[in-house]
Amino acid sequence: MLKTFRTSDRTLMVLFTIFVLAAPLIMAPLGAGYPDLMQRFAIYGIFAIGFNILFGLTGYLSFGHAAFLGVGSYSAVWMLKLLSINIVPAIIFAVVVSGLFALLIGFISLRRSGIYFSILTLAFAQMSYNLAYSVLTPITNGETGLQLDLTDPRILDTVNETSQVASPSFLGLEMGDTAVVQFLGMDLQFNVGFYISALILIGMFYLSLRIFRSPFGMILRAVKSNQTRLNYTGFNSRPYTLTAFVISGMYAGLAGALLVCMDPLAGADRMQWTASGEVVLMTIMGGAGTLIGPVLGAGIIKYFENIFSRINESVVEGWFSALPDGVTDFLTAVVSPFLGSGWHISLGLIFMLVVIFLPGGLVEGASRIMNLVRRLSQTRKTTSSPSVARPLGDDESPEEPPPGSVNTRES
Amino acid sequence: MSDYYLNRRKFLQGSAVLGAGLVAPTIFSRAASAYTNEPGKGSVVLGFNVPQSGPYADEGADELRAYKLAVKHLNGEGDGGMLGTFSSQTLKGTGILGRKVEYVTGDTQTKSDAARASARAMIEKDGAIMITGGSSSGVAVAVQSLCQDAGVIFMAGLTHSNDTTGKDKKANGFRHFFNAYMSAAALAPVLSQHYGNDRKAYHLTADYTWGWTMEESMIASTEALGWETVNTVRTPLSATDFSSYIAPVTNSGADVLVLNHYGSNMVNSLTNAVQFGLREKMVNGKQFEIVVPLYSRLMARGAGKNVKGIFGSTNWHWSLQDDASKAFVASYGKEYGQPPSQAAHTCYVQTLLYADAAERAGSFNPCAIGEALEGFEFDGLGNGKTLYRAADHQCFKDVLVVRGKENPTSEFDLLEVVNITPVEQVIYEPNHPMFAGGSLGKCNPGV
Repeated sequence: MLKTFRTSDRTLMVLFTIFVLAAPLIMAPLGAGYPDLMQRFAIYGIFAIGFNILFGLTGYLSFGHAAFLGVGSYSAVWMLKLLSINIVPAIIFAVVVSGLFALLIGFISLRRSGIYFSILTLAFAQMSYNLAYSVLTPITNGETGLQLDLTDPRILDTVNETSQVASPSFLGLEMGDTAVVQFLGMDLQFNVGFYISALILIGMFYLSLRIFRSPFGMILRAVKSNQTRLNYTGFNSRPYTLTAFVISGMYAGLAGALLVCMDPLAGADRMQWTASGEVVLMTIMGGAGTLIGPVLGAGIIKYFENIFSRINESVVEGWFSALPDGVTDFLTAVVSPFLGSGWHISLGLIFMLVVIFLPGGLVEGASRIMNLVRRLSQTRKTTSSPSVARPLGDDESPEEPPPGSVNTRES
Repeated sequence: MSDYYLNRRKFLQGSAVLGAGLVAPTIFSRAASAYTNEPGKGSVVLGFNVPQSGPYADEGADELRAYKLAVKHLNGEGDGGMLGTFSSQTLKGTGILGRKVEYVTGDTQTKSDAARASARAMIEKDGAIMITGGSSSGVAVAVQSLCQDAGVIFMAGLTHSNDTTGKDKKANGFRHFFNAYMSAAALAPVLSQHYGNDRKAYHLTADYTWGWTMEESMIASTEALGWETVNTVRTPLSATDFSSYIAPVTNSGADVLVLNHYGSNMVNSLTNAVQFGLREKMVNGKQFEIVVPLYSRLMARGAGKNVKGIFGSTNWHWSLQDDASKAFVASYGKEYGQPPSQAAHTCYVQTLLYADAAERAGSFNPCAIGEALEGFEFDGLGNGKTLYRAADHQCFKDVLVVRGKENPTSEFDLLEVVNITPVEQVIYEPNHPMFAGGSLGKCNPGV
């Protein structure tokens, strides 16, 4: 059993790496192959993976994870302003600060579980948002957002060009640098910022894989399945849940730091409760408690937000223009409310369908399809031995509660 | 299951992968063209980035209508609008520099983050050569700095904060709209004339860059009259109910309420203030008054009869009787069945100004366009003689002081122009304290 686990993990890791690194090629036909969106895929993937370590493993539903994203962003911008335009100090500092912040919030919030925990984290996040929005304006620059400036001290950088604001870079490579390659009539955009985010995403995915497979991960699962029973056995679970909370907060801080490295502006909006809700949506849609699910969910939601929201009525009309006039008008009228500024509607519908029919998220859908295919191919071969092989990415064992379940017991 | 260890072999594998990852990016180099998104022979893409949701959604919708109209006129469709009255006669309805004008739209959601994401998508995905729009100064400042970094021109739409062309000004950004300082300078004489010089003012202020500078400007110009500022309270931009902010006003001893609010913020706060009976109150032996420094017709319509008799300032109003305004109102009215708002006007004008600058410069290079716009004097776009000042990329023109009409004749006829304040009264030095602290930097063509 151990052996199959390892091989399937290795395949998963290899496939994931290939898929992420080839993203410019895969995304281009989908209209998503431009640096900004691909960077977002990778960064929000990291954010969701981190959230999943907490929610997927322990079942603790944090509704305030955007606070860590925001704290990471602000600390990273300050490092870019004060220390150096190199992204490394910014990222390290952001992860440390968000880790400490998570320690503080986790220490208080984890005294309760279930809905009380969710509300506590939500309250902390909204508090941080309001602090960033108005009270801490000197640090956060309020609604306008914190930006780099021509007059930033940047004490580690020796050469300060004074006519342009420097853009964040790594070893002299600016995050915005892009190589455009023509391929089958498409412009493939290979962007430095994306590849840096992608490499970090792969690293973070591997880390999360190891956490899932570690004894520590087992304890977290135990917390999810029955924390009360765990406590009755004389096991103090709180240090473990707190560690999971801090790790997950650091993931969020890392994502926040990367966001500002790609686009050096930190706004208070990214700490709002809608942003916290978004990462919950991502994780549940992809499949909470699965490895690949959160990344998938993050990709889908960001795709909707950035591509569907930009399909306006004239574009829809263009699709149906070959049809007769009346039909065009009718189809446009039917389809366009779900696109453009109505993208939330279609996202909501898809989310409802996923939650109702695939409680395990899209990963469950994928595994059902794979099972179906396998069963069909088996009946064709008329081999009757039942298969025990597990589909990729699905690491739920049957004894565990369904992946979407929330830790609702009050302890 | 606990195979959580690191041996030499794995360490070597890991290092190799890491090394390859570090070396891989060195293949990147910037693409070889003269500037970002150099357009091809056939067409040129403009990016219209407006709020389609959030407190400024009404303005955003009107801006988008104006942009579409401008594109039509530039491409030679429709009746040409202000192309005919514009003092610089380079635009012939043949697109810009012989290229057909195409456009992409995006939703800023009145949030800096979302606006920048949308603008980046326009630049990186759609190849937009110029970004315009914004109905919030916070967004405008954020997108302006993005455009500076990316090397495209930003033609600011509706943004009224002093900071946009003050401490946050950028070489690639240009603003036609007036600003908070000008509003306050134009309003002060009118307020003094109608309300006297012995007043106590209470400020409710939208909590972001525009609100801050609007409040600062209003305090400066009213205190110069001899008014006293009782209190200033910041309200969040996302607020929809202002009752809790209005209630303390009644006991503060103030006899004037200054609403540094815009869009649906102003509609709601004014409605709340009227519901609290502020306008019927007598304080310190004087009639209680409300002032809205920045007015628009869309807001007046939203607030309904509550706006009657309330003073404010505006960049442009559709009832102006010069040829340019009449041509624009006629053309817009024919297209959409309603008169344009000031937001629509400034966005339309900015698009024309960009197109004209490109024609005169003979290039889409942001630096060439910047040069063509700097110090450009023009007329025939609805505001009379106007100057694009080179020192801060701000337009200087007359400012209208308006008042809510007592007896509106139609649903659009809600404001009357009380005073056209000549530009000499509202102009300021580029290093004025309210605008100091920033630097334009150098124009950035992006390559």
